[in-house]
Amino acid sequence: MSRELSFAQAIQEALATAMEADERVFIMGEDIGVYGGAFQVTGDLVHRFGEDRVMDTPISELGAAGVAVGAALAGSRPILEFQFSDFATLAMEQIVNQAAKLRFMLGGKVSVPLVMRLPCGSGTGAAAQHSQSLEAWLAHVPGLKVVQPSTPHDAKGLLLAAIDDPDPVMIFEHKLLYKIKGDVPEEAYRVPIGKAAIRREGRDVTIVATAIMVHRALEAAEVLAGEGIEVEVIDLRSLRPLDKETIIASVMKTSRLACVYEGVKTLGIGAEISAMIAESEAFDFLDAPILRLGGAEVPIPYNPVLEKAAVPQMENIVEQVRNLARGKI
Amino acid sequence: MMAKKSNQRPFHKEFSAEQQLEAFRRMCVIRRFEETAEDSYMRGLTHGTMHLSIGQEASAVGATMGLRKTDYITSTHRGHGHCIGKGADPKLMLAEFFGKEEGYCRGRGGSMHIADIESGNLGANGIVAGGIPIAVGAALAIKKQKRDDVALCFFGDGATNEGAFHESLNMAAIWRLPVIFVCENNKYGMSVSTERSMAVANVADRASAYNMPGVMVDGNRIEDVSEAVSEATARARRGDGPTLIECKTYRTRGHSRSDRNRYRTKEEIEDWKLRDPITLFEAELLAHGIATQAEIAGIHASVATEMVAGLEFAQNGTDPSPEFLTRDVYTPGAAP
Repeated sequence: MSRELSFAQAIQEALATAMEADERVFIMGEDIGVYGGAFQVTGDLVHRFGEDRVMDTPISELGAAGVAVGAALAGSRPILEFQFSDFATLAMEQIVNQAAKLRFMLGGKVSVPLVMRLPCGSGTGAAAQHSQSLEAWLAHVPGLKVVQPSTPHDAKGLLLAAIDDPDPVMIFEHKLLYKIKGDVPEEAYRVPIGKAAIRREGRDVTIVATAIMVHRALEAAEVLAGEGIEVEVIDLRSLRPLDKETIIASVMKTSRLACVYEGVKTLGIGAEISAMIAESEAFDFLDAPILRLGGAEVPIPYNPVLEKAAVPQMENIVEQVRNLARGKI
Repeated sequence: MMAKKSNQRPFHKEFSAEQQLEAFRRMCVIRRFEETAEDSYMRGLTHGTMHLSIGQEASAVGATMGLRKTDYITSTHRGHGHCIGKGADPKLMLAEFFGKEEGYCRGRGGSMHIADIESGNLGANGIVAGGIPIAVGAALAIKKQKRDDVALCFFGDGATNEGAFHESLNMAAIWRLPVIFVCENNKYGMSVSTERSMAVANVADRASAYNMPGVMVDGNRIEDVSEAVSEATARARRGDGPTLIECKTYRTRGHSRSDRNRYRTKEEIEDWKLRDPITLFEAELLAHGIATQAEIAGIHASVATEMVAGLEFAQNGTDPSPEFLTRDVYTPGAAP
């Protein structure tokens, strides 16, 4: 049975499902208890599962990340919520040096089964230190898995897959998506990590997009369809591992590729996808240069006009993909 | 609490004569292991770097000798002693030092990442203070699983200036977790003395900020270390929370291979060598009739033989194949 839930409710349902099914699972983070989380994702879970399993931490991101690593090594299944993904910069030591590397450094004799939830992205007027898209940072690190759902369905399914996963999984949740609604099955299903989804089929241009950009790309595709341009929209869902096959097959069909993402354009996920295509059998099928639509080379500004200008909007996608399709790039 | 000065006091009664002799043997193993490692490096047989704990064997063994196999430790870049104290096989450590498949980390970690999960050693760590929150997390898991085990966390004086130390002690205290924080204060964070890097005189003083006991001991006397750790362990097992123990000690070797000893005097090093923890313990064992001179000599000889055999084992180990370079980045069976 499926019913409509918000993205935030879908995550909460996944958390509850996992805690009910497995007593090793617990969640920790800042203000996730009676406060319900900065974005009300954990909501009333503390009343259902108690303070031992829905643990408020002090404002100690580095320490909390290390606690999650230690608990995972010792047989628990921690899920750590960062209030904003920006604050993960305080915890990079534990994420990058410890969680990501322990299994390899110890010769494969341990696994580090933890999940970190990281609310990301701009559009809320929270300015430069609460609006970043740092997912490509973490996707650069072997040992981590990095996913980014764009729908309530995938938010639940990817989180459950991440909790099952024996390795550290980072889930970037775009803050503008928390309130969107969509069909979410009641059962405990999984969305596989490492698989992209084709959200709209088309023959003229492939757009590979992440998170909120999937929605903007779909709106843009609708507009462009009215002009006779058929856009295929791929929701990347997983940055590491990357679903190369789906992207390559699509580009071989459409011969044109646009990457649309919110993180800063330079050295972002679009750079990786472009290079991957350039190295692949799809390269010979390209009829136009690859287009990257990423965040501007700037910290996210406070002023709403500037904030919008700093990341791709639907109109930008329409204009640039139209040019791409018509050979104007 | 001040450092104890009772040099004539017998060993903590919790430990039998047999356990004391085993502790002595482990201290000798650590010393000989590190001398063997150092010699191998000097002869060009191994590469990389290493951090020797020669002079700090009493804290490593004193802190671990009362632990169970199911108790955890986290360790540091200067972690050979902790590993041996917790029961690791030195020949598998030497194999790791030589980068061999037979080593504890199959040659992927080297000296700075030796771990032995089987014996509860969650690993040495190349990041100063990196293991401290991990120990707190292991203790949290212990509490959640309703076990009465503990997590004992080694770190140096330098680590107590890292944010991770303060965040970790605070969390362990508010959640009353079974952690024993063991600081091996060897007076220098690489080259910078504690006088120049800390505004308080003692690391133990920092415990008061987290409302936990702060205990200071002579880190070169295994009796003092083991007594303080036994008390802290009992307290942790009872559910009464963490303790910070500061072991005042000294590394007589440099920080690592690049150290030219420009920050301390020869006299200081020689003074500390007069208080060598192995010599001190040996004298105690003889004075209290726990061992005879002949038994002591026997232990030294058997340890020397063991290390020669260990070195041969390590040198004859299997080099990992580049074919398997990326194995173990992820757990098999999960998404690649």
